[in-house]
Amino acid sequence: MTAWHVHVYIQLKDGVLDTQGKAVERSLHSLGHDSLQAVKIGKYVQLWINADSEQSARQQAVRMCDDLLVNGIIEQFSVEVEGE
Amino acid sequence: MAREIPDGTDLVILPGGFSYGDYLRCGAMAARSPVMQAVIDHGRRGGLLLGICNGFQVLTETRLLPGALLTNRIPAFICRPCLLRVESTATPFTSMYAEGQVVQFPIAHADGRYTLPDDELKALEDRGGVVFRYCDGAGNVTEESNPNGAMNGIAGIVNEGGNILGLMPHPERASEAILGGVDGCAFWRSIFSTLQERRV
Amino acid sequence: MDFRRYGIREEEYLAAREALGREPNECELRILGVMWSEHCSYKSTKHLLKLFPNKGDKVVLGPGENAGIVDLGDGLGAAFKVESHNHPSAVAPYQGAATGVGGIIRDILALGARPVASMDGLFFGAPGHGKTAMLSSGIVRGVGDYGNAVGVPTVGGKTVYDPSYNENPLLNAFNLGLVRLDEIVSSQTAKPGQLVVLLGSKTGRDGIAGAAFASAELSDDAKADRPSIQIGDPFAEKLLIEACLELQAKRLIVSMQDMGAAGITSSSSEVAAKSGVGMVLAFDKVPLRAADMEPWEIALSESQERMLLIVEPRHLEEVMAVAERWELDCAVIGETTEGDGYSILFHGEEVASFPASLVGDGCPPIHWPARKPDNLEKGWELDVETLPLPEDWNETLLSLLSEPSLASKEWIYDQYDSMVQTNTVRGPGHPVSVLRIKGRETLVAMVLDADPWKCALDPFRGGAEAVARTVRALAVAGAEPLGLTDCLNFPSPENPEQYWVMMECIKGMAACCEALQCPVVSGNVSLYNESAAGAILPTPVIGTVGVIPSVGQFLPSGRWHDGDVLFQVGPCIPSLAGSQYLLMREGRNRGRPLEFLPDVEAGFVRRALKTARDGVASSGRAVAGGGLAVAIAREATESGLGAVVSFEIPTRRDVLLFGEGGARALYSVPMAKVPLFKSLWRGFPLLELGRVQGAELEINGVISVPVDTLPSPRRIR
Repeated sequence: MTAWHVHVYIQLKDGVLDTQGKAVERSLHSLGHDSLQAVKIGKYVQLWINADSEQSARQQAVRMCDDLLVNGIIEQFSVEVEGE
Repeated sequence: MAREIPDGTDLVILPGGFSYGDYLRCGAMAARSPVMQAVIDHGRRGGLLLGICNGFQVLTETRLLPGALLTNRIPAFICRPCLLRVESTATPFTSMYAEGQVVQFPIAHADGRYTLPDDELKALEDRGGVVFRYCDGAGNVTEESNPNGAMNGIAGIVNEGGNILGLMPHPERASEAILGGVDGCAFWRSIFSTLQERRV
Repeated sequence: MDFRRYGIREEEYLAAREALGREPNECELRILGVMWSEHCSYKSTKHLLKLFPNKGDKVVLGPGENAGIVDLGDGLGAAFKVESHNHPSAVAPYQGAATGVGGIIRDILALGARPVASMDGLFFGAPGHGKTAMLSSGIVRGVGDYGNAVGVPTVGGKTVYDPSYNENPLLNAFNLGLVRLDEIVSSQTAKPGQLVVLLGSKTGRDGIAGAAFASAELSDDAKADRPSIQIGDPFAEKLLIEACLELQAKRLIVSMQDMGAAGITSSSSEVAAKSGVGMVLAFDKVPLRAADMEPWEIALSESQERMLLIVEPRHLEEVMAVAERWELDCAVIGETTEGDGYSILFHGEEVASFPASLVGDGCPPIHWPARKPDNLEKGWELDVETLPLPEDWNETLLSLLSEPSLASKEWIYDQYDSMVQTNTVRGPGHPVSVLRIKGRETLVAMVLDADPWKCALDPFRGGAEAVARTVRALAVAGAEPLGLTDCLNFPSPENPEQYWVMMECIKGMAACCEALQCPVVSGNVSLYNESAAGAILPTPVIGTVGVIPSVGQFLPSGRWHDGDVLFQVGPCIPSLAGSQYLLMREGRNRGRPLEFLPDVEAGFVRRALKTARDGVASSGRAVAGGGLAVAIAREATESGLGAVVSFEIPTRRDVLLFGEGGARALYSVPMAKVPLFKSLWRGFPLLELGRVQGAELEINGVISVPVDTLPSPRRIR
């Protein structure tokens, strides 16, 4: 068993209006960042999981996303596993 | 932590608040706490289940009600009186109102933007599942009178079985004259009268 | 021993060495450096605070406790206090504000009171100044997010803008809680042989030496100060509130103390000193969030959402069970002993030891030299006759109503849940905030106010005016004032002129408290509010609490009825000195505010209370910022009705309409009650202004404006 460090990136699905992203985009523009085209705000979650294999760690992380971390109606996610 | 609700419970209310500090997503963790299975069972059995504000968020997280409540169109908490049009009096919670009646309940939330995929939205509207909509003084549903950007100005909905209601505004904050309004009283009288009928 | 690097002055080091009978070690010096900082010890002001009257037959608990308590009648008390969190809010506005709210809530909770209402005093720089938008929006969000999530309504406040706060914004957080008088938790009842228990969040490195940070001026390298900022968790605080109140209801605790500045050390030594017991603590028993914390870090950590409990050994198991149910860490970290020794052990080794009273009370007071500012009287020069009158009175009124300090603060209080707990009868945006008490007829009223401009011009008169404004507002609403809490926000006391100004403000406040029989039951001091860019205006903030016997005796604002007669009660000649109008027109603060007249103020309060209690008026509002014209405009917009105001002017029109100061109120009286009203106010200056009618506001032929074009909070229907 090793401890796997897992990175979960959660974003609103395309088509769901990201009001926080829009507000931040406006603020950055008003600070002079004219080259900025768009902002999307999501969540970054780190998990440390005991598992026998990278695959097992990934599967457990995905289950955690399904169980709690991600609302599948409005959010999508991706999982990256790095060894410890 | 509790896992049961008392035998013979007629009505379960999930009130407003900041369960689990609104951490991760509003109502996400509360929806998965041990007692919720008993609450879900109660709802599935046809028991009356009411979710107000954070409670509505919890009900959507359990999927007992469709959709999700997202961050307000202007991302900030907003607390103020709000006008609503009663869309349906065919629920145990609104039978004492008149259809099209304009009532005033306060809102107090940062994540009240009711959202669901277009096809589901159509299905919800077609079956008359919308119970309250944000409106102006004349009862018109306009963008201006929509405080949070909710789709179709939806403030409250009921499930297909008609026994589970979720709404973002607070009827309990409009049920005493001393607090500024009594439009919420009919809400509780509706529930009470329904339960009395059920007893008979 | 280089005591200076711990922020200790030479006489303090010598006093400590004398009390200990030996050299203090490093851990002890670090502890003293924080406990004897200005923020914790009040060394520059404790002798001045004694000038405040603090007794009265409605005072249940006076200054020196976690908060003050006044008697609301029928065995119920209101515990309240205001506290500043200025320096943290300047560096990290969101968390500084949030933890300010959290901290004051715990002070109320520590008395066994359930927190039921908050107010916030916000003092921001000029709107055009670079930092103001970022600071003000961050501070407001911090107050809102914490207060909303913890479930305590924010029902009122005061927001002011002035360039002197550009680099030094102020955040004063007020909280009020309700407690049965026979259930108040005391900090003086610990006995030897009891357990010292830590309840709440784990201890980390948050805010280490934050108290010392609050006592130093802000350096340009403020970013480097960031590690001193505490992070708040309102959800944990809610759990803490419920757990503590449950422990109190079950009589499982002997004493309770909030952990604020200087965390474990200050709370535990305070209980020990007040109760007359000693204490032995084992810091290795403290639940930690960060690894390898040293004893002095544990001693001074300001991790939030923690309470110190004193528990009888036989109750420990039940206490732990309650903590577990509320998912809070709970650990025994020590015990009380005979004598007055306070000792910190770490893995069996004693790392610090001193008499319990040394840290809390032993700091030698500092009597800074005071000198009246040379140019104070020059600042009084104001020959009103040389001021040009407005060319367009309509435009002048509209501009005044849009001045940042007078304009609607809806954008702020819309972000606050003002209704949670369903007790709010009158919330933000009204002259006073009013709460009902479930199961009782009595209402509790409260108001927060300040007048830094008048304090800068004449500190004695300004201090008195600040207190008077709160009492007048309560009296007009029908609330008998019971007591007040104050936050003294000032720049460095090491400057003799600034120190003199602070002394005079305190004297003026005390004189008014005395005259109106409104004692100071609690308070806070925040000094060193200045930076290279300058010092803040002298800013005493006053939070006053009153009681209304029943809703029928509450006189609200904004309830004009068509046909009512409008009156101004009070001296007809106010002053433009320190007024919002003069600031707007000239961009500078000058003139000498009106003299404080104790008998007139007391006479006003008596008559105002009777006017409300006897139901003689439809609506009432004390005249304050912006003067009579602003009061009329606000009543008109809140009522949704116009008025025709036409009266003999005893002085210059701009002075009467926009002047400030003095005990004055605007009343709207039904025709049938006019004779009764006049007889009630006999012997007091009375000016009949006109009549409520129509939809336009007309004042003496110079102002004519449709009511619905006046700037106002949104109207729903």
